[in-house]
Amino acid sequence: MQGGLPFLGRDKYAPTYVSSASNNLEHYEEEEDSFFVNMLSGWGGIVLDGIVALGDFTIFVYQTFVWMFTRLPKNGTLLPNFHQVGVSSLAVVALTGTFIGMVLAVQSYFQFRQIGLETRLGGVINMTLVRELGPVLAATMLAGRVGSSMAAELGTMRVTEQIDALSAMGANPIHYLVVPRFLACLFMIPALTVMADFMGVAGGHFYSVNILKIDIHHYWHNSAKFVTNFDLFVGLFKSIFFGAAIAMVSCYQGFNCTAGAEGVGRASTAAFVYSFVAILFIDLFLGITLDSIYFMYYPEGASLL
Amino acid sequence: MIEELFESEQSLVEVKDLTVRFGAQTVLRNLSLSIPRGQTLVLLGESGCGKTVLMKSIIGLVTPTIGEVYFDDENMHRLSDRRLSLLRLRFGFVFQNAALFDSMTIGQNVAFPLKQHGKFTSEQIREMVISRLSEVGLPNSVIFKKPAELSGGMRKRVGLARALIMNPELIMYDEPTTGLDPIMSDVINELIIRTRRRNPVTSIVVTHDMNTAKKVADRIIMLMPTRRLNENESQIIFDGTPTEIESCRDRRVQQFINGEAGERLMELRASRT
Repeated sequence: MQGGLPFLGRDKYAPTYVSSASNNLEHYEEEEDSFFVNMLSGWGGIVLDGIVALGDFTIFVYQTFVWMFTRLPKNGTLLPNFHQVGVSSLAVVALTGTFIGMVLAVQSYFQFRQIGLETRLGGVINMTLVRELGPVLAATMLAGRVGSSMAAELGTMRVTEQIDALSAMGANPIHYLVVPRFLACLFMIPALTVMADFMGVAGGHFYSVNILKIDIHHYWHNSAKFVTNFDLFVGLFKSIFFGAAIAMVSCYQGFNCTAGAEGVGRASTAAFVYSFVAILFIDLFLGITLDSIYFMYYPEGASLL
Repeated sequence: MIEELFESEQSLVEVKDLTVRFGAQTVLRNLSLSIPRGQTLVLLGESGCGKTVLMKSIIGLVTPTIGEVYFDDENMHRLSDRRLSLLRLRFGFVFQNAALFDSMTIGQNVAFPLKQHGKFTSEQIREMVISRLSEVGLPNSVIFKKPAELSGGMRKRVGLARALIMNPELIMYDEPTTGLDPIMSDVINELIIRTRRRNPVTSIVVTHDMNTAKKVADRIIMLMPTRRLNENESQIIFDGTPTEIESCRDRRVQQFINGEAGERLMELRASRT
């Protein structure tokens, strides 16, 4: 199956469809209704470009899966990536988690106090954390930390022909570079989300109990009543998809990096931006799906009262 | 002719009607070429004429838009990934800027193809790495260094050692002497010649350096960018031996080998407006 090779060499040189569309424009400029033609072919170019990129990305993901299931990852490629994604991100994720927990306590305290429900804060903070903010903010943080650095690294390898060198020496770049990074993100990002959740819960507890002086017993009693295992599962389930999206988007951006320092910079920015967009989309759609499952099992839902 | 008959039987690389387009840009157009075993072919031509693309399509890094490339009678672009990987172990590619993996040490870089092949013990690998590095004149102390710690010339020689370690049948050099001082350039030339003398290897050398071309070539091919040619003109404007190129009457060839701009600047200016 050789379908994978086309985009390895091609994109470096390929002029975008937008630019070829704009060449046509010069042609039309003398004509009367050039404005509409301009606009139409401009938009057409953008749409075409988007479809081509999406197709390319799909092939890239497909190939990653094919290589992942047909051959074991190369010796010595897995551990460094797991370390890079997991261990090196620990501090930054823990910090993010702690602060989200504390901020949630700060922001919700005043409103809840006014209606005399401040002991319910435990439920609110922990539910929000475990279900939504823990996974999403951890993933965002990791898209910035891990995603951009992967895109920059692979982009530099592309620009300096190291990716070509890999294939020239009989190693498949997707098998050698992308599969280990994908697996690292797939396993480590949920693990880091657990860490972010834990630190968030700890941070929320610290601020609510020690600083806002909410009763510790009621704080935890309400948390236990309100937050179910399903909520924890929802958060972690989503984070698996976030991890996969970060890895695929960032590796794709790195592999299709254009020449020069500018290209590498653009690849790493694009990796973050597109990863973040992917995280938001996945979050919304999985949120809707999982919520309907939730109400199937808990038809009455959880109530603060 | 008898010579042609001989060549067609013995050719290691066969390029048939190769056309490569990137978007709207045609880099190679209907190019046919056959390279006999054991020949050292030098590809000349101005920047952007498709020399590197031609080499990369021979090794299968660039997929042709139209046409085929045969290596030892196997169609490079019809092979499965696995077959292609195996076939590529018979190639050596020396990249323009060496393309060493900068996350690995020099030793790991040179050993990479051996490990990829997976049939050698670590003791054998160590010995082969040391002997290859000493062949290109690098001391053992570089083994544990990272590519960033070496000079350009040293990196190029490491790249050469890495390309040679599997005793390939076809070695491709992408501008092996570009960016090196004259003495280091000649060291590289010597290494190219010596490699060939030791084993009957076929080589393709892409270069702008006339010294390299004259020194190492059995045969020189000069390419012209498609944008500077008429519709039906062949991209190969010269094909012959180093002595023949000296006496070639074509003005474009003479300008190139003597390094004369001629009216080129005027042409470039004219083409911009």
